[in-house]
Amino acid sequence: MATLGLNHYLLLSALLFGIGVAGVLIRRNVIMVLMCLELIFNAANINLVAVSRFRPDLAGQVFTIFTIAVAAAEVAIGLGLVIAMFRNSATVNVDEIHLLKG
Amino acid sequence: MEIYAFYAIAAVVLSSAVLMVTSRNLVHSIVYMVISFVAVGGLFILLEAEFVAAVQILVYAGGIVVLFLFVVMLVNVTETYQIEFLHRQWLPAAVLSLILAAQIGLLLWGNAGELAADPSASASVLRAVDGGNTETLGMLLYTDYLLPFEVASVLLLVAMIGAIYLSKKRV
Repeated sequence: MATLGLNHYLLLSALLFGIGVAGVLIRRNVIMVLMCLELIFNAANINLVAVSRFRPDLAGQVFTIFTIAVAAAEVAIGLGLVIAMFRNSATVNVDEIHLLKG
Repeated sequence: MEIYAFYAIAAVVLSSAVLMVTSRNLVHSIVYMVISFVAVGGLFILLEAEFVAAVQILVYAGGIVVLFLFVVMLVNVTETYQIEFLHRQWLPAAVLSLILAAQIGLLLWGNAGELAADPSASASVLRAVDGGNTETLGMLLYTDYLLPFEVASVLLLVAMIGAIYLSKKRV
């Protein structure tokens, strides 16, 4: 059995990133798109912490904390936008939101 | 031993992520998202980053999920608006993102040795102060990374004001 190395974690995060991108592209519900963005954030966090463990350098973990703070801010703003959007046009379907389309 | 734990956690992370993307019910998706987040927290414990694991559980599985559930409750998609599940072009999108994941994975898999190689440092830097991860991280946050730390707090304040403004009755 091979030992657990950095490449295992990096491959896992790449797969999680792919699932997140697929979710952003294929789902129609804007709340679901935001949730898949969180998956992508998580993939980046796994990368940062794994490299921080194997290098070893604590800066990766510090940056993960900042990433989590940014993700929390992004979710708050995004969900505020969803609520404003639903109030104005009564839809959460990303295909029906084309106010800026000429 | 460690590698078995890794494979078990990785299976939970990936399968719950796939189920989250493919389940029709939004609340089911959120439950799968919680499972995925908690499993990623377990991965952080495996990587000896206890404080980040605690933050992951508290902020993601605690805060962000509750926020999502509140918005699902407010928007109430299931009753007022029956939304179609997937885009028409879901198959090419899925295939393309799989190719993207494979490319990133292969690239990182091949270069992991270079990323990890730093012979001058030893593993003890991760818990230099009193042998604790949290203490060391706190020391670093309040000395070397003090300015980014304060900027992050300002960012959260801005996000809070923005969220309150956006979800007011009259915008």
